[in-house]
Amino acid sequence: MADDIGLIAHLMRRAGFGATRAELEERAAKGYDATVEELINPEEHGCERADEQLLIRLQPGALLPGGQPPMGNVNWMFHLVNTQRPLEEKITLFWHHVFATGNSKVDNYDQLLTQIAMFREKGMGNYRELLLELAKNPAMIFWLDNNENHKTAVNENWGRELLELFSLGVGNYTEVDVREASRAFTGWTLDVKIPRLPYGRHPWSFKYLPEDHDETEKTFLGHTGNFDGEDIIDIIVQQPACHRFIARHLYNFFVADEPQVPAWQIEEPRDPAAVDALAASFKESGGEMKAILRTLFTSDFFKNARYNKIKSPAELVVSTLRQVGGEEVPRPYYGDEIAMQPTYMGQDLLNPPSVEGWHTGSEWINSGSLMSRINFTADMFGDVSRPGVQDIIARLKAKGNMTPEQLVDACLDLMGPLEYGDDAKGELLEQANAGGDLDWSAADAEQRVAGLLQLIVAMREYQFN
Amino acid sequence: MAKDPVLVVLQLSGGNDYMNTVVPYANSLYWDYRTTVNIPEDQVIQLDDKVGFNPSMAPLKAIYDAGEMAVIHGVGYPDSPRSHFRSMDIWHTCEPDTVGTEGWLGRALRDIDPNKENVVTGVSFGQAMFRAMSLRGVPVACVSGDLENYGMLPGIEQQQREKVLERFSKAYSSVLDSDVMNYLGQTGLDSMAGADILKVAPERYKSSVTYPDTKIGQKLRGISQVHQADLGTRILYCDHGSFDTHASQLPAHKQLWTDISEAVSAFFADLKENHAADNVVMLLFTEFGRRVRDNGSGTDHGAGGVSFVIGEPVKGGQYSEYPSMKSEHLSQGDLVPNYDFRGLYSTLLEDWLKLDAPSIVNGQFEKLGFIKN
Repeated sequence: MADDIGLIAHLMRRAGFGATRAELEERAAKGYDATVEELINPEEHGCERADEQLLIRLQPGALLPGGQPPMGNVNWMFHLVNTQRPLEEKITLFWHHVFATGNSKVDNYDQLLTQIAMFREKGMGNYRELLLELAKNPAMIFWLDNNENHKTAVNENWGRELLELFSLGVGNYTEVDVREASRAFTGWTLDVKIPRLPYGRHPWSFKYLPEDHDETEKTFLGHTGNFDGEDIIDIIVQQPACHRFIARHLYNFFVADEPQVPAWQIEEPRDPAAVDALAASFKESGGEMKAILRTLFTSDFFKNARYNKIKSPAELVVSTLRQVGGEEVPRPYYGDEIAMQPTYMGQDLLNPPSVEGWHTGSEWINSGSLMSRINFTADMFGDVSRPGVQDIIARLKAKGNMTPEQLVDACLDLMGPLEYGDDAKGELLEQANAGGDLDWSAADAEQRVAGLLQLIVAMREYQFN
Repeated sequence: MAKDPVLVVLQLSGGNDYMNTVVPYANSLYWDYRTTVNIPEDQVIQLDDKVGFNPSMAPLKAIYDAGEMAVIHGVGYPDSPRSHFRSMDIWHTCEPDTVGTEGWLGRALRDIDPNKENVVTGVSFGQAMFRAMSLRGVPVACVSGDLENYGMLPGIEQQQREKVLERFSKAYSSVLDSDVMNYLGQTGLDSMAGADILKVAPERYKSSVTYPDTKIGQKLRGISQVHQADLGTRILYCDHGSFDTHASQLPAHKQLWTDISEAVSAFFADLKENHAADNVVMLLFTEFGRRVRDNGSGTDHGAGGVSFVIGEPVKGGQYSEYPSMKSEHLSQGDLVPNYDFRGLYSTLLEDWLKLDAPSIVNGQFEKLGFIKN
C-alpha cells in the first residue's frame, strides 16, 4: 500500500520545497523510505539539476551577475524552482544559512554563486571536506578578511567565526584558541588583489602564500604543533561540541525552530534526545552528511514534526512557485517579480544581514513581512492561468459539482494536504457559502475556486511548513 | 497644546569605527596605532583642539555648530563580546548577561500606549523588524519598501476585497492555544490596521527639500512623511550600513558617512521648513567601536563607541570623555567604554520621552544633560 500522502508531503516540504499533487502521488506509491533514498542520492535516480544552459540563453546576465542584484538572485531562484534534486538545493540553502556570506561586502555575485555551487556539489558530502573547501573559498576568504590575515599582522575575523559560527559555538573555545587558529590560516588568501571597478570582476581563486604563513608552533584546543589550517579543521571535527553544533543546526533547519544561535550556549535544545541522535550519527559516520540526513528523515521526531515550523521566506516563495508552476522558463522581469521576493520578505538570498545569518522562526514574521508573504502567495494562487492552479481546478472538476463544505475540504486536501484549525475552516466555509453550491457550468466557477485558494493562503496556518 | 516628544533612531549596523568618526587627532597615540587607517590631520574637521569629525561629516558639523548635536564619547558596556549579533542584541534588549527577547523601544512603546490605541505609535523602516522595537503584543508598523505601495491583499478586486478582508480579520482574531499562532494573528491584524492609517502620509506630505537618492535618504524621507502626517507616531526606527570595515576601510567608511550626513541634514532641513523639528530627537548608535590598532587595511571588532543625539531640543556639545588610548588602559587592544549605553537610553527615556527608565533599561544608570529643559 502507498504510504500516507500527508507524510510524503511533509517530507517534501522539509527535505525540499513542496511538490505538486502528481509528484506526491508518485512518491507515495514508491514509498517513504525509497523517497528518502532518492532525495539523498538523486544522481543515482536520473534526477537532473535545473538546466543552466536555458537560464543563460534567456537571462545571460545571470551567468556573471557582477555586484548588483537581482541577477545573482535570478540564478539561484531558477535552480531552486526547477531542480529535480530538491534536497540538494535545500541543503545548499542550509549551508548558506550557517556559512552566511553576503554581497553587502563581497560585492560580487559571481563569487557568491561559485560558493553556492560548491555547497550544491559538496553539501551532502563529508563535513570535514566541506569545511576545508569553505576555508579555501574565495568569497569566504574575502568576506571574513583572511586575505588580510598575515604572518606579521593577524586578522582574527575568519578564525573567530570558524569557531563561533561554523563549527563549535560560543563557550567551546577560548580567545587564545581564536588567535592560534587565525595564525594557522595565515597565508590562505586570494589570487590577485582585484581591481574590482570599473572593468567588471575577475574570477577569484584560492592561493596559498608559504612566505606569509606563520610556521611557528601553535596550541589549539589542547593540541600543540606547527599547525596549518587543515590541521585546525582536523582538530575541530573531532570535538563533540562540533557534532552537537551541526546536529542542532540541522534540527533547527529541518525539524523545529530552536532559539537563535547566540542563545545556544545558554538554552538547552527543545529536544535534547533528537540532537543527541544526530550528533551520534555525525560521530559514527565521521561527518558524512548523507548518513546524518538519513538518520534525521527516518526518525520519529522528524515524522511527528508536521506544520510546527515557520516557513523561511525562501521556503515560502519557492514552494509556492513549485506548486503553481509557470516559472520554468525565466521570462523578462523574472528578477524583480520573482527572484527578489524572499528579499522583500526579509531574506535577501546571497546577502544575509551578517555572518551570523538570519534570525529564523517567528522572527521571520512582523507586520511588514507578513503582509508581503500574504500578498505574494495570494497573487500567485489567484492566477488561474498558472498550470498548478489549473491542475487543482481540473482535479476539483473531476469530483463534479460540490457543496461549499466539500469544496473547502477538497481545496485544503489538494493544496497540501493542509491541516487547518476550525476557526480558519469556518471562515473559508463562510466565503464558500456566499456562492452556494459550486456548479462548474457557472461562468465564474474557476474564479470562485481561485478566490478560495487566495483566502486559504492568507490564513495563519499557511505560514507553517 | 504642546506636541508629544518623538524619537527617531538611526542604527549604524556593523560596528562604526569611533576613532575615524570622531578623530582624536591631537593625541600622538592615535598616529601610533593607526599607521594606515587614519584620517590625515589637515582633513579632520576640528571640533576643538583635541578631536574632530571625519571629513565626510561636514553637513553634521553645521548642525553641531548650531548647537543641536551632542557627541557622546566612549559609549558601551562592560565585557563587550565583539560579536555583531550579540552586541546588537545587547543594545536592543539592555540584557548584557542573558539573551533577551524584549526590545527597549518595544517596552517604551508599551508604556506610551499601554492600551494599544494606535498601531502606528511605532514605525520601523527596514527590510526586517528591529529587535529594539519588538515586544510581544506591541504593534509596530513595519514598512519594508515605499509607503506608497503598502497594504493587505491589494491584488483582489475592490468589491470582493472588502469581504475577503472581513473573513481575514475574523480568522486572525480568534485566540488559540498556540503562542506563535496568536502572535501571527495579532501581527496580521495590526499590519492591516497600520497600512490603512499610514497610506495617508505620502498624500499629506509636501516639502521643497530633495533627499539624496540613497537608501538612508529614502528611509528618512519616509520617516519625515509619517512624522509630518500627525498620526501619533512617537518612535521611528531605521538603519544604515554595513560599517563592518575589516578591510579597505578608508573609502568605504567615508562613503557611509557621506550618505548619512547628507540624509540627516536633508531630514532636519525638511522638518524645520515644515515647523516639525521642535519635537524630534534623533539618536545615532552602533553596536561597538573597532579595535584601536588598525590591521593594515581596516579595523577589527572592538569595544566602546560614539553615539550622537541630534535635534532642536538637544543641548549640543560633547559629553562623557574620550577613553584613554594608553596601552595600560586598553582591554585586549580595545578602548574601555567609560559611559554605559543604558545611561544614554535613560536620558532619552526620562528627559525626552518622559517615561520611567529603570523598568525599561533594567536598572539605574547615570544620565547626561544633553536634553534642554
